[in-house]
Amino acid sequence: MEETSSMQRVSRPGAGADKPFGPIAAVFLAAGVGSLVLGILTTLAEANESVKSWLEWSTSVGSLSGKTILAVIAFIVAWVVLGIALRGRDPKPSTVFTWTAVLVAVGLVLTFPTFFTAFAPEE
Amino acid sequence: MHLTFREWWAVVHGMGLGALFLLAFAGGVAEFWSLRSGELSEKGIVTRTRRLEIGTWVMAAAAWATVITGTWVVYPWYRSTAADSPKSLLLADPNTADWHEFGMEWKEHIAWIAPLLATAVAFAVTYYGTSLIRHQGVRRALMAFFTASFLIAGVAGALGAFITKAAPVH
Repeated sequence: MEETSSMQRVSRPGAGADKPFGPIAAVFLAAGVGSLVLGILTTLAEANESVKSWLEWSTSVGSLSGKTILAVIAFIVAWVVLGIALRGRDPKPSTVFTWTAVLVAVGLVLTFPTFFTAFAPEE
Repeated sequence: MHLTFREWWAVVHGMGLGALFLLAFAGGVAEFWSLRSGELSEKGIVTRTRRLEIGTWVMAAAAWATVITGTWVVYPWYRSTAADSPKSLLLADPNTADWHEFGMEWKEHIAWIAPLLATAVAFAVTYYGTSLIRHQGVRRALMAFFTASFLIAGVAGALGAFITKAAPVH
């Protein structure tokens, strides 16, 4: 039985030394950066044909190949860089989560077709 | 009762990995919800945290596998320039063109945001381990991002299902 009666409840659950929030801040902000890069590349590819062509790293996948590979690279690089920069530090979680939500939200808007097709050149 | 090679891959991408993703989310969110101090014994915290770690990493792995197979295996068949490719068929009819111009254009991009968020959540759960229960604000935020990852993948998955119904990969 995992559930306990009030008599058995632990007074200090999950005991152990508190860890700094820095490493978690690094991965969340990196996820936000990856989302933002994906969004920026999606809109740029729609607005500029030469950018779209440059992002076609695979003929069969098209420009989606370059966009997604670069977004994942941005995520990994940002995770490593922020992980080093924030090692042992303890930023405020609410600030980190708010910035992550903002970066992801902007990334979502930039990948929304109604938004990015507005930047497509006139035919 | 016959599926072609391409249809098998579409099943693996959409139904196999999609079902795994859904199961991992359901398990993960239940464990997140129950991980509240004052309600669990030390043993219960250890057990539930372990299950939460497994659930979040399985969901992250399923999300990565789904977007990788979708983009690099199924999508090239979808967007082939052949006249009978799903993309060509959808664009040939003004009544179905939006399934590509809006549905696929959105799906193929936002789906990649889901594994980024799922990986961040799984890392945070593993990093804090059993001490996560002492950080209730962080637990709630992780649950919110875990759900956001699921909803983003859900939008992509639903659009994929509708597009497949309109013009399946054969």
